[in-house]
Amino acid sequence: MAEIRAEMVANVWKVVASEGDQVHDGDTLVILESMKMEIPVLAEGDGILTKLAVAEGDVIQEGDLIAVIG
Amino acid sequence: MLESVLVANRGEIARRVIRTVRRMGIRAIAVYSEADADLPFVREADEAVLLGPPPPARSYLDAEAVIGAARRTGASAIHPGYGFLAENASFAARVMAEGLIWIGPPPPAIEQMGDKISARNLMEQAGVPVAAGSREPVTDAAAAQAEAGRLGYPVMIKAAAGGGGIGMSAAANAAELRAGFETARSRAERFFGNPAILLERYIEHARHVEVQILGLADGRVVALGERDCSVQRRHQKVAEETPSPGITPGLRHRMQAAAVRAGEAVGYRGAGTVECLVDTAAHDFVFLEMNTRLQVEHPVTELVTGIDLVEQQLLIAAGQPVSFDPLAVTVSGHAIELRVYAEDPRRFLPSPGVIAEWTEPAGPGIRVDAGYAAGNEVTTFYDPLLAKLCVHRGSREEALALAAEAVSAFVITGPKTNLPFLAELLESSEFTSGAYDTSVIARLRPAPG
Repeated sequence: MAEIRAEMVANVWKVVASEGDQVHDGDTLVILESMKMEIPVLAEGDGILTKLAVAEGDVIQEGDLIAVIG
Repeated sequence: MLESVLVANRGEIARRVIRTVRRMGIRAIAVYSEADADLPFVREADEAVLLGPPPPARSYLDAEAVIGAARRTGASAIHPGYGFLAENASFAARVMAEGLIWIGPPPPAIEQMGDKISARNLMEQAGVPVAAGSREPVTDAAAAQAEAGRLGYPVMIKAAAGGGGIGMSAAANAAELRAGFETARSRAERFFGNPAILLERYIEHARHVEVQILGLADGRVVALGERDCSVQRRHQKVAEETPSPGITPGLRHRMQAAAVRAGEAVGYRGAGTVECLVDTAAHDFVFLEMNTRLQVEHPVTELVTGIDLVEQQLLIAAGQPVSFDPLAVTVSGHAIELRVYAEDPRRFLPSPGVIAEWTEPAGPGIRVDAGYAAGNEVTTFYDPLLAKLCVHRGSREEALALAAEAVSAFVITGPKTNLPFLAELLESSEFTSGAYDTSVIARLRPAPG
């Protein structure tokens, strides 16, 4: 099981994947936005997206949980 | 002369414009969002008006709020800085319709240069060299494939209404074009409200060199030398210098002449920048785009020419002659600008936060245009530019040495900054040799995998 956490304060611009999806290493799960920059959050490894902890429009802090891949 | 100027911007550029406005004895009016109430530019203006909440659409991009602030304060002119409303032709027209002076070019010039396709077509007619590329918008993936086939790979995919490198990518083959085209379209729609895309033949080893122009009140257009802006990450500039170490006097002369023709073709007034790509192998250049406003990196031109560009903008807007002899502009020494960003120095990811310590370098030949001070918060709402560290010395070698000293003397704690990267850049043999191109950062920071 792999947890994906935020590396910085950002706004959640787009949620690309859905819970239950089969994802592959490098797939875009969520796109964050901060300081006029889009930052894609990628799957780190293959698996099922068991949890998606953010929604579009959320403001997340460094270290917040974004997703869990099981 | 103007009685007062409202500066419709924030951060370092608002502060820099306010400095000249006040030096000229003109009343300076700042506008700000709730996120920026404590920044230096708000304090340093003679008067400051709250525009609204932090999101740009509800503050710095809110044309009605800006016009309202100008009315309430009795402003006689509006200086837009760069970004936000600076290249918005309908806002410029609105300002003029209100009976205010617009410190910028005529709205039709903004409009003609704002669309990259119309600008390319116009420049080609004016005898300014352009890269092989689209003469009309590319509307779908199939049309993009056909256009790329005509131009030949690699191609650059761009938003026609774009700027700041947003949505731009290079494609080496049909698969990359398919992916890049969709991304470019969605970003163009989202950021610029216009999904039009163009393709251009991609020059693999290129320098990004731009010419500063001024359209005078009497209609003449003059060129004030060039700036080399090849040090970029994500198609955004990180360091600039003048003179460019990568062009010959002959090429410089041809580029300046082309930039003047470009300005004349649109009846340009005020400060503008003609951006070109220089093909380092062919020793030739093509027109890239024109920025119809004051450029972020204008200080390097000011340092080597001794001309205050904001002062000239104000004089021209007031219909007066400029403060220098346009026929006798001389360039003395070498100037470098380093952009200090709130971002981690490895991957260049944004790093907002509260600034605990802020100590600027100072001394002969050092100029710092800063938007923040200790205690200020860098928020996620705006771009990550904290300050521009500029140096001016007699030669490039001396300027590089002073820049390295100044970078190590600049202390910012709180948000992460790219200062460690700037120190590394100044030590890299590619940058110090002068023989670099737009891929220099990609070579210093190869992408993982």
